[in-house]
Amino acid sequence: MTEYTEAQQRDLLKIVIVGHVDHGKSTLVGRLFHDTGSLPDGKLEAIQAMCDQRGLPFEYAFLMDAMQAERDQGITIDTSQIWFNTDQRDYVIIDAPGHTEFLKNMITGAASSEAAVLVIDAGEGVQEQSRKHGYLLHLLGVKQIAIAVNKMDMIDYDQAKFDAIETEYRAYLTSIGVTPTYLIPVSAREGDNIASRSANMDWYQGPTLVEALDSFEDTSLPVDAPLRFPIQDVYKFDERRILAGRIESGTLKVGDELLFSPSNKKARIKSIEAWSVPEQPTSASAGASIGITLDHQLFIERGELASHVATPPLETDVFTARLFWLAKDPLTVGKCYTMKLHTGECQVEVQEIRTVINTDTLSEGAGSELQRNSIGEVVLRARKMLALDGYDDVAATGRFVLIDNYNIAAGGVINMTGYADQRDLITQKSENITRVSHDVTEEARAARNGHIGGVLWFTGLSGSGKSTLAVLVEKRLFQKGYQSYVLDGDNVRHGLNANLGFSPEDRAENIRRIGEVAGLFSRAGMVAITSFISPYRSDRDRARTAVGSNFHEIYIKADVAACEGRDPKGLYKKARSGEIAEFTGVSAPYEAPENPQLVVDTVSQDIETCVDQIVDYIEEHLSLSRSKSLDFSI
Amino acid sequence: MTMSHLDELEAESIYILREAFNRLGKIGLLWSLGKDSNVMLWLARKAFFGKVPFPAMHVDTGKKFKEMYDFRDQYADEWGLNFMRGECPPLSEIDPSLPPATRAAARKTEGLKRFLAEHKFDGVIAGIRRDEEALRAKERVFSPRQTTGEWDFRDQPPEFWNQYNTSFPPNVHVRIHPLLHWTEVDIWKYTLREGIPVIPLYFAKNGKRYRSLGDEDITNPVDSDATTIPEIIRELETTTVSERSGRAMDHEAEDSFERLRANGYM
Repeated sequence: MTEYTEAQQRDLLKIVIVGHVDHGKSTLVGRLFHDTGSLPDGKLEAIQAMCDQRGLPFEYAFLMDAMQAERDQGITIDTSQIWFNTDQRDYVIIDAPGHTEFLKNMITGAASSEAAVLVIDAGEGVQEQSRKHGYLLHLLGVKQIAIAVNKMDMIDYDQAKFDAIETEYRAYLTSIGVTPTYLIPVSAREGDNIASRSANMDWYQGPTLVEALDSFEDTSLPVDAPLRFPIQDVYKFDERRILAGRIESGTLKVGDELLFSPSNKKARIKSIEAWSVPEQPTSASAGASIGITLDHQLFIERGELASHVATPPLETDVFTARLFWLAKDPLTVGKCYTMKLHTGECQVEVQEIRTVINTDTLSEGAGSELQRNSIGEVVLRARKMLALDGYDDVAATGRFVLIDNYNIAAGGVINMTGYADQRDLITQKSENITRVSHDVTEEARAARNGHIGGVLWFTGLSGSGKSTLAVLVEKRLFQKGYQSYVLDGDNVRHGLNANLGFSPEDRAENIRRIGEVAGLFSRAGMVAITSFISPYRSDRDRARTAVGSNFHEIYIKADVAACEGRDPKGLYKKARSGEIAEFTGVSAPYEAPENPQLVVDTVSQDIETCVDQIVDYIEEHLSLSRSKSLDFSI
Repeated sequence: MTMSHLDELEAESIYILREAFNRLGKIGLLWSLGKDSNVMLWLARKAFFGKVPFPAMHVDTGKKFKEMYDFRDQYADEWGLNFMRGECPPLSEIDPSLPPATRAAARKTEGLKRFLAEHKFDGVIAGIRRDEEALRAKERVFSPRQTTGEWDFRDQPPEFWNQYNTSFPPNVHVRIHPLLHWTEVDIWKYTLREGIPVIPLYFAKNGKRYRSLGDEDITNPVDSDATTIPEIIRELETTTVSERSGRAMDHEAEDSFERLRANGYM
């Protein structure tokens, strides 16, 4: 018996071939096969017979175009795969359609690739699809890209024309943050610079396409990255309760303490279970589909993300994402979709379309919808807390798809810039605490004050008039006999929140504390007026929860232009000059309230009218009896 | 702790099997007794820690080799499988416009459709590979079908990374393909590594062996001297003969396989 060991295995690299329709992708694949001796017996003859039957010249494209409709129309409809090998290693070639109509098939092919060959027709030059495909490869995370400038035979192997394409396309790729590894002049039909060096292009000194492919690296699994182990299922086939899933990044071992997010539960790994192995494993790493048991029973469901305690994923219910939209119906603001994120599923609402990106010109514009096959940056808000990462930090937990009406409508990658990790805001760190009840009831306090306690939560851009109005309202309320007090942003940051900066996390913590303090004021029977930009809806929602039923969200409404015109603290000027990073309304998001109890428009109304409006609202909602409270007026 | 190529293939297939089990309703695994579905069954035992939590189903044309039936009866029992057998209709009930071998193969499609309809499966796990045939190369891991079994290969769902679409409207059933990314030689290397039982017909006798096992009347052996799995692996690493060259129905007309697959053939 001949010995065979796994050590004899060769590397396998997955390569996608993309490019504009008719730029010669399928021909290139056929030529690669032929020139590396990878074609099966009889395949050439079969293709020849097929071409003869149709009265067509011989086309290598028929190697990949397996469907009758593809052969009839001479276009690739769906992505296809075929195996070939060079002296150095084995390859799977994924041929992806170039036609816009089949972009979802192109993406399907490209999403599973480790490297790409992007084909450009030397005669036609860089086309819209060439740019779009370059952009999509970048978004999908394909980092090793060789550009094959094809059909050089059709332009008489002209170096100047090649140079012009190279300059143009390199500039484009650089502008989207991609460094193409190679640009190679080739002729797929004639075999120039595919597997062997072309005699027709002495001026080209770089590698052939096969040499370029052989130089690409097998993308290694992120074994050394932080542990991300999304729970796929929980099995209870016997006495074991096994948490099953695939490790997306990092390494775990028996005895490790795991943190489950977003539930924030913790347990240690008791065992790594496996069937039909010589011995039970004690550790496992990225890429492995495993099952573990825990040292104590936890209720864990599919969608929880296990990590080590020291390197947890982020928790949030809002984030921005780059989306490639594939569904027939456009994506629109306000619509809900099902998001699949690692093994979790959640309903998300499109809160905003920040930009619609034109991949041809790279211009970015605002828009109310995202059309099929276009790319945009959107803000998504989830119905529950999610455990995730920025795509640049951990790819597998930073990307997702959206489902609309049973179909995958989009793929997206997550960007958390400007949004806070909300984990700390929802985590109670101390244990063994018991609430103390008061003997003085809220009713008694209200009866003495003549009004119930409450929180008037002013939100609006910097310069919208929050603080100005807050102090005027406070004064008017005092005159009317109300117990009231203003909690102002800058004041609080001098004391209670002096240890907080302006990072998204610190801003969120700032608001969390104010929400709690305002809640205490309210329960003490007072009317607390808070004056904070509080740009994130999540933070205001948390404050609403802390305060309870007497929370009144008051939107102090003024647009950026008006606020910038006022600029009472000179902050807009600093933000525009770059002195202040992440300034709300300029370089950081402001999420206007959806259903505020009151909108106070400080652009169309004068200050006095605004104050009247707010005081009227307070009297209506907080006063025990309007006539009674008037008795206190001076 | 780097993963070998076989480790990666295995991990991906297990992930797919677990997705199918978790996300879909009533599912079963098509066990055709050949080398691929034996590997698939083995992977299912790995995925679920020795217990295959869905039936292993053989849609029987009644025309398999005796060795295949022996194999089936032995391991269905030994592996503690929930085994189910489906019956194929007679040739007289099949579209007479099909070429003869294609028509014979279509019995299996019809048998499968009837079986699935009778037991109301939401999804079936099938052991096809992309490298077997150019049309299968275009398949998806989760491939939705109409109730009649048709494959709309002109408009397939996109697949991003490992985010397979697993939500389907009520009248659709799904084919799940956990071996799509494997090649023939991968199957043999894995069979060897794991010690998975093999039907003896795959080993050469008198200079011939079967590379692909179908029905006895429409499957032909190929020239080979390979009598062990390592020899098979060595043969496959140098051969330029395609795997399904011994399958008659693939070659009768340019689109005969396409017609079969569009109608629900695996």
